[in-house]
Amino acid sequence: MSHDIPEEKLPEAHDASHGHEVAEHGDPFADPGLPAHEPRRTDIDERAAKRAERQVSLMFIVSMLATIGFIASYVIFPIDKIIYVFPLGHISALNFALGLTLGVALFCIGAGAVHWARTLMSDVEMPAERHPIEADDEVRNDVIEQFKTGAAESGFGRRKMLRNTLIGSMALVPLSGVVLLRDLGPLPEKKLDHTNWIEATEAKPIQLINMNTNQPMKAEDIEVGSLTFAKPEGLEESDEDFQQRIAKDALMLVRIAPEDIKDAKSRDLGFEGVLAYSKICTHVGCPISLYEQQTHHALCPCHQSTFDLSDGARVIFGPAGHPLPQLKITTDEKGFLVATGDFAEPVGPSFWERS
Amino acid sequence: MKKLSARRRHPLAALVVLLLALAATGGLYAAFAPAEKAQADSSAQSLAIDEGKKLFAVGCSSCHGLNGQGSSDGPSLVGVGSAAVDFQVGTGRMPAQQPGAQVPRKKVAYSQTEIDQLAAFVASLGPGPVTPTKDQYTSTDPNNVSKGGELFRTNCAQCHNFAGQGGALTRGKFAPSLDGVDAKHIYEAMQTGPQNMPSFPDTTMPEEQKKQIVAFVRHTTNDEPNPGGLALGSLGPVTEGLFGWIFGLGALIAVAIWVAAHTTKAKKS
Repeated sequence: MSHDIPEEKLPEAHDASHGHEVAEHGDPFADPGLPAHEPRRTDIDERAAKRAERQVSLMFIVSMLATIGFIASYVIFPIDKIIYVFPLGHISALNFALGLTLGVALFCIGAGAVHWARTLMSDVEMPAERHPIEADDEVRNDVIEQFKTGAAESGFGRRKMLRNTLIGSMALVPLSGVVLLRDLGPLPEKKLDHTNWIEATEAKPIQLINMNTNQPMKAEDIEVGSLTFAKPEGLEESDEDFQQRIAKDALMLVRIAPEDIKDAKSRDLGFEGVLAYSKICTHVGCPISLYEQQTHHALCPCHQSTFDLSDGARVIFGPAGHPLPQLKITTDEKGFLVATGDFAEPVGPSFWERS
Repeated sequence: MKKLSARRRHPLAALVVLLLALAATGGLYAAFAPAEKAQADSSAQSLAIDEGKKLFAVGCSSCHGLNGQGSSDGPSLVGVGSAAVDFQVGTGRMPAQQPGAQVPRKKVAYSQTEIDQLAAFVASLGPGPVTPTKDQYTSTDPNNVSKGGELFRTNCAQCHNFAGQGGALTRGKFAPSLDGVDAKHIYEAMQTGPQNMPSFPDTTMPEEQKKQIVAFVRHTTNDEPNPGGLALGSLGPVTEGLFGWIFGLGALIAVAIWVAAHTTKAKKS
């Protein structure tokens, strides 16, 4: 309670008031009690009080002017006007004026209120005794007695069937709420298990499309040390579900000299050293493409999971639990890179193993 | 004619005929041979290669080998092309000061003429990306900035940050800031993939798209004023939050302390 009183000396006084009982037991440190109330200048000098009042009003008036300035700058400044303000450098005039005026308006209200409270509102110290939270014995016994009587009269303890069925019905009621959670959305079903590359088959392969040029690529277009991003043929940025699909289908194409590829399985999944890895980190699904062409490391910017793309995207650092899935690629009769199936594992964050 | 015919059996006649025939062939060749200009060019080129070879022997061969074949201290330069030399030497990365995780940008050690000579020599070792010409990396179309921005965010922003401010990579390596980097050097970096940066060859990123990316990077790092004032390195919420916690909260605490330190009592104690 005493924290509400804005007075520096109060904590001392508060301790003292608590010390009363202790002092009665012969505490050598006598309770000094509350110090005498010291008046402020504004309490004894009416001119000082008037001045303080004017100061507070002035701050409120400045706040009003700043608000008017805010509205005026919103109207006046064009959105693309850039001015130079030290030390902020070049800055949008509109942003600067709006921020400054709003800041001044809010600050002056706060400063005025604080000045008001410190100079003009009453500052007489008011100690508030702190009482034990526990009720006294009489009340406690009475309540316990009433409870026992009520329990006995209701037969809650005696008629066990009533009690148990009541507990059962109360326990089941919340299930209605749990069932309603089903309305939050459709179940994921098998959508997380496969990407859209699953539509590719040996008979009907799907081309890998360069994200930059929107064209299919040949193996010789991918140079050693280069980095290319690819999406499946037929997926266009204008498609309504583009974001949902690319979030699973995105590929990162690198080419590593076949003798530098340490993982034989990874080499076989690629085509002449061109490897197509999922771009989605297996930790929490960030897009991962910080590729170092000399070390063949791919780094995830979110949590620094590091994958060695020359070793089947083995995790060499960080929280990811699985290597990046690799898509098996080959070329079609025209020489364009194609996929003939889906990833062998689900892409993205590790979850249950594929059923 | 008679005189000539009379001497046709002279022992030296065959020699004279041979000399005449040779002179005629040589003269005809000289008259019809293609492009004297090309001859002049190639001699200037070979001069540059010679000069470059000398510079290379002094400045580069201790790591890259006398013929640029590489050693345990430096990679082979066969096939890296003139663009790689122009980038590495033109940004001061080469000659390297010391081995380490990454060779940083520093003061350029050679003049542009010397860099061109070195580039000519290294280009002569094997075919590779060629130093771009000015119109390859200078764009006049203002739409290139927005197109380049999209390409930058797809291909570059993951390492270099959305505003080209650079970022950390693994084990002490980093993607450098693109502030103040020449348009030519940005273009060459994409062509050649210096150090651990992957390359973006013309086959997967056509010249026009490289030009657009250069336009975007130059615009973002040089021309575009920041509407918010202090960019704090354009590093995102971490620096902005830190700034807010230290300076914003700091100012509030300072005001609170100032208020509490000044008593309003008439009798100052």
